[in-house]
Amino acid sequence: MSEKTFVDLESEIEGTVTRESICLEENLIYQKPIDTLIDTPMHYCPGCGHSTAHKIFMEVVAEMGLQEEIIGVAPVGCSVFAYHYMNVDMQEAAHGRACAVGTAIKRVMPEKYVFTYQGDGDLAAIGTAETVHAANRGENILVIFINNGIYGMTSGQMAPTSLAGMVTTTSPYGRDTSRQGYPLKISEMLAPLPGVAYVTRQSVHKPNNVKRAKKALQKALQYQKEKRGFCMVEIVSNCPSNMKMTPLQSNQFVEEKMIPFYPLGDIKTPEDK
Amino acid sequence: MLQEAIFAGFGGQGVLSMGMILAYAGMIEKKQVCWMPSYGPEMRGGTANAVTIVSDNMISSPIISRYDTVVALNQPSVEKFESRVKPGGNIIYDSTNILIPPTRTDINIYAVPGSEEAVKLKNIKVLNLIMLGAMIKATNAVNTETVPKALEQVLPERYHKLIPLNMEAFKVGMSYVK
Amino acid sequence: MGDLKLMKGNEALAEAMIRAGCDAYFGYPITPQSEVLEYLARESEQRTGMLAFQAESEVAAINMIYGAAGCGRRVMTTSSSPGMSLMQEGLSYIASAELPCLLANVVRGGPGLGTIQPSQADYFQSVKGGGHGDYKLIVLAPSTVQEMVDFVKLGFELAEKYRNPAMILTDGAVGQMMEPVELFDQMPRRTVFPEWATTGKKPGQERRYITSLHIQSEKMEEINHRLQAKYKKMEENEVRYVEMNTEDADYIFTGFGLGARICMKAMQMARENGFKVGLVRPITLFPFPTKVYNDLGARVKGILDVEMNAGQMVEDVRLSVNGQTKVEFYGRMGGVIPSPEEIYEHFIKTFIEGGKK
Repeated sequence: MSEKTFVDLESEIEGTVTRESICLEENLIYQKPIDTLIDTPMHYCPGCGHSTAHKIFMEVVAEMGLQEEIIGVAPVGCSVFAYHYMNVDMQEAAHGRACAVGTAIKRVMPEKYVFTYQGDGDLAAIGTAETVHAANRGENILVIFINNGIYGMTSGQMAPTSLAGMVTTTSPYGRDTSRQGYPLKISEMLAPLPGVAYVTRQSVHKPNNVKRAKKALQKALQYQKEKRGFCMVEIVSNCPSNMKMTPLQSNQFVEEKMIPFYPLGDIKTPEDK
Repeated sequence: MLQEAIFAGFGGQGVLSMGMILAYAGMIEKKQVCWMPSYGPEMRGGTANAVTIVSDNMISSPIISRYDTVVALNQPSVEKFESRVKPGGNIIYDSTNILIPPTRTDINIYAVPGSEEAVKLKNIKVLNLIMLGAMIKATNAVNTETVPKALEQVLPERYHKLIPLNMEAFKVGMSYVK
Repeated sequence: MGDLKLMKGNEALAEAMIRAGCDAYFGYPITPQSEVLEYLARESEQRTGMLAFQAESEVAAINMIYGAAGCGRRVMTTSSSPGMSLMQEGLSYIASAELPCLLANVVRGGPGLGTIQPSQADYFQSVKGGGHGDYKLIVLAPSTVQEMVDFVKLGFELAEKYRNPAMILTDGAVGQMMEPVELFDQMPRRTVFPEWATTGKKPGQERRYITSLHIQSEKMEEINHRLQAKYKKMEENEVRYVEMNTEDADYIFTGFGLGARICMKAMQMARENGFKVGLVRPITLFPFPTKVYNDLGARVKGILDVEMNAGQMVEDVRLSVNGQTKVEFYGRMGGVIPSPEEIYEHFIKTFIEGGKK
């Protein structure tokens, strides 16, 4: 949803009900993380996993007291505007280069926390080299990898992570693995590298999964504090708009199709290192 | 004073450092200097070379195609550079190695049996200092007393014990001029 | 004069970087400039704590420059032509996000993988933008090893003054040759960083973010206006060039970097033969010294522009002269360096003999 629609909506109800008149203490059933998430409507489509991922990560940053210690890198893709929502210092990187940018930030300020937030097009296609080499050097950064198996911002093209047979605008007859390659399991690919400390695959399509994903993000920042090396939290997610599904259907797709191919859980922990 | 020289030979004969020693010596004497290793087509044909320019005034082009002095350590260098010596200039060549000597009559030709003398000094590596000795004697591009100081800067400290041997070779080279 | 040191151009560049209080270097090996990273790897961390980092590619290196410059650090990278082509995308982002940084392109002959021999064929790429969008780099063209040192300091100063990437545009010959240099004293590395730098959100203050994305056209146009105003200011205040023997000159030789030095010798030959030739050497290729060419164009019989390319800067010379006098070009390409004799002969052929006909 664009901001304009929200503004339209606001003006329609102006005079009758105001934001201030609803947002009262006694009416609160939900609250964004205080201060680390900016109080503004997000541009993400209804039901998109990005909003949830943003929220839980910013909760973790707030809970760990890292707002002033952390610098984020936004990618190119749907989350290009992550810096409009996350209330921490951020840099917006060129397509695929977040891990290079993150490497440099960490190297010049090793005492700070650094994260990148990247989608599958950004991280697993155009940015594969930067990702692999940051991992291999054991850069002490956190990579949050949102894998929804499709290009969101450019409207539904095939991603390296698209499932076999998956219909996208550039694989209209379904992804033919004999011609278009196989879905790429980045987490499994990176895990064996000695520089990698922690790789886990999570999802945010159900409340319990949201809790687990949050826990994983917490762990990853703790490992960064302990200078364990490269950490990646992959979040298997949905894309209702481009999958041409309702939010609920898209979450079912995640459950029934994505997760069987991209199984959830820790792939590598510092203990395995 | 302007001396535009080229040192040429096979790779490994010390031609690059020969030019560098001259450049250091010039700098120590507060002259303008420039050292340029071989470039472009000059690199072909089995020769390595370095141009060294020593001047009292600002050096214009480090790229030159005519030389005041050519120091040649192998036959291809004589063939390539003899014609590029300015009239009245010098060619100094290793007469042990170079069997077909330069023939021009409008330049000074110095035959120095550098390799033979180096063998006598029991270290073939001092060939370049022998030839440099002849070159500096012939051109007065720098004072001979400056050369050991230049060697101190060019050679890594662990080789400083070889400076006396190098200076001995340098003097042998000088003895072949005039 | 302080102590002189005989140094290779590339090593002088690296030494100057350390002394300029540079915080980090990110680069990728490519001939003919690999000595820069090698030198820094030996020296920088021990001496000042400056990071010397070998990236996995030039693409990564320039984005690391973006990241570190975004943290307000004094950062530099160097490369040679094919590598600099890979950096163009990142440079466009850096220019748009207005991050100060310094680059050096030790140019080799192209196009393509080309040759490792010296060339000036990246003038257009450096001066006219190179990457996408309307942006400019501050471009400095050293012609001596001393200027390789001096322009590191100047390059950082200008880059920081204007929050703009600056580039030292040199070539393989200047990178490989040795000349005496006087080094400036070690400058301290910064401990206080610019207000806009992303160094962690400060309590009670707005977060900082570095971006080149402004999705609304009106906003993006506003950013463009701001950039153009900045470039105009550079044109007003930062033009640098050298004139020699122009007072009585009938003809002008011109070129940049190494080309200008070869021209200088050709000029001396012309003077010895009784021709009143002067020399103009731009130091800043952007901002370009338009006025000096325009003024000279009004009173000289001709200008000979010499470059190690197919004729690139000559377009700017012609624009500056604006038809007031004849502007001829002489160049060699693909790593071949013109000799002073060739230039002199071309001058005689074009302006003296050609002029008589």
